[in-house]
Amino acid sequence: MQIYVCVKHVPDSAANITILDKSRIDENVTFLLNPYDEHAITEAVRIRDTFQESEVIAVCIGKDDAEKTIRSALAMGADRGLLVSSNDDHDSIETARVLKAAIERTGEPALIFTGKESIDAEGMQTMFRLGALFDFPVATNVIKIDVDETRAVIDSELSGGNVNTYELSLPCVVGAGRGLNTPKYPTFPDIVKSRKKTVKKFIFADLNIEPSKASMSIVELEPLKQARSPKEITGDASIVAQKILTILKEEAKVI
Amino acid sequence: MENIGIIIETDNGKIKETNFGMITLARDNKAETETELFAFVMDADVKVLKEDLESFGITKIVDISLAKEQQNNPVVRAKALINVIKEFNINTLFGLSTAMGKDLLPRIAAMLDAPLVMDCINVDLEQNFAKTSQYSGKTIATIKLSGDVLLFGIRPNTVAPVNIQIKTQTLAEMLKFDGEEFVSSSLRVVKSGETDKNININLAEADVIIAGGRGIQNRENFVILSQCAEKLNAAVGASRVAVDSGWVPYSMQVGQTGEKVSPKVYIACGISGSIQHFAGMKTSGIVIAINIDENAAIMSNCDYYVKADALNIILELTKLFNNG
Repeated sequence: MQIYVCVKHVPDSAANITILDKSRIDENVTFLLNPYDEHAITEAVRIRDTFQESEVIAVCIGKDDAEKTIRSALAMGADRGLLVSSNDDHDSIETARVLKAAIERTGEPALIFTGKESIDAEGMQTMFRLGALFDFPVATNVIKIDVDETRAVIDSELSGGNVNTYELSLPCVVGAGRGLNTPKYPTFPDIVKSRKKTVKKFIFADLNIEPSKASMSIVELEPLKQARSPKEITGDASIVAQKILTILKEEAKVI
Repeated sequence: MENIGIIIETDNGKIKETNFGMITLARDNKAETETELFAFVMDADVKVLKEDLESFGITKIVDISLAKEQQNNPVVRAKALINVIKEFNINTLFGLSTAMGKDLLPRIAAMLDAPLVMDCINVDLEQNFAKTSQYSGKTIATIKLSGDVLLFGIRPNTVAPVNIQIKTQTLAEMLKFDGEEFVSSSLRVVKSGETDKNININLAEADVIIAGGRGIQNRENFVILSQCAEKLNAAVGASRVAVDSGWVPYSMQVGQTGEKVSPKVYIACGISGSIQHFAGMKTSGIVIAINIDENAAIMSNCDYYVKADALNIILELTKLFNNG
């Protein structure tokens, strides 16, 4: 069984983001494996270990530097990697086409994981586009998955802690949510071992991606300014509570 | 001629409040005066909803019927909506960026190979722009959508609902769409949790959120927040520390790897205010921070701050409701 995990090389969530030319960020910050993808890798490795002759393949589209993120996935237990090298930004419509092309040139997927979203673009849709292109069923925000030879039974989390349980025929696409597992971070020997694993490189232009009529393009990026000017509420607890109540009633008008 | 479709989310047959902000956004944004505003209703008796929808400017209401056993299936819902889009020549589709929307809108966009921006905080239909947060809420991106049908997932509560004047209201045309034929063989619903009424009010849609962090110290103290929240009709949220410490489930987390929320009031109790936490609540209306540590980041990035033990304040707040 081949299990693919689509991973993304994203700026560290703690990084300071500087905007250049009004529409892109200064990439001179730490990049790492998208946090949700860590859950995806962890789960893929767990499933691989319950099936004979299975492998986990990490797939990524990005600049050459994104190989670091594939290496992180390999250190977390993936067996090999595919990097589609491209210096341009791609929307999720194009990204899904690229991921499909790289996967198709490599083998036959039984399961494809993604994270439920990336923390940079926050688009929340690549898994669905990938599923539609392959004609595979899709579930997102998955917090539990049981797989057998022909199907996956998954819990997809709704707000308020409720879940929907879906049965998907294989092959299928699964967007990993944070409740899925606790990622095990690699030890030093894991990292050493991962250096010997292979990362196959594709050049974006060589994949002959058929363009879509549809697109999403960033026309402007601006910092989200915080225009809040804090005012202190003072007094003992009951006075403060009374003042908060006044704010709720008169300023926010929520009661 | 432009036709805007709006997917209406209902709860026990009633329209969820957050829909009205979305309709307001679509209505005030239409490029042409002859634009029709369609409401797509899948789970409720349209007759009951008609007046409310008309009062916000909806001109056509489409009652979409699905086979009963398929109603909770997101693939079936997506297929039905795609056919509705085609039948009524919809060029723009709005839906809420709620849990349901996140499982439905991308399915429709993917099947249509159409552009979609989720979690929009604003939309400009003249230029086909959507504004949404990117990079963990640190930036606002303006995204141009191109395609035959454009999809927008609207973050709940980002636009205040505004009725239209009674004299300009028109009676909405009632339409039917039979979607009984749609099925899905590759995705089957085993169990649908949507009908289980959870006591915790939906975080993403709540008007008021009381959120607890490290300063709340344990699971038992979160009950104090819940008791106050119940009185206020608020939802309880949590920082990552509180979730990772096992005091509350992950579904209550607000932040970059949790729920992104825009309540009218966000009361942060014992939360220091990391960048990642701000990523999830930055677009809130009024932020009230209660923290014993006046140097906590959130104290200088809020509208009101209180230097105190949050639990004492919350207990007093609950008391005010019990007495009044």
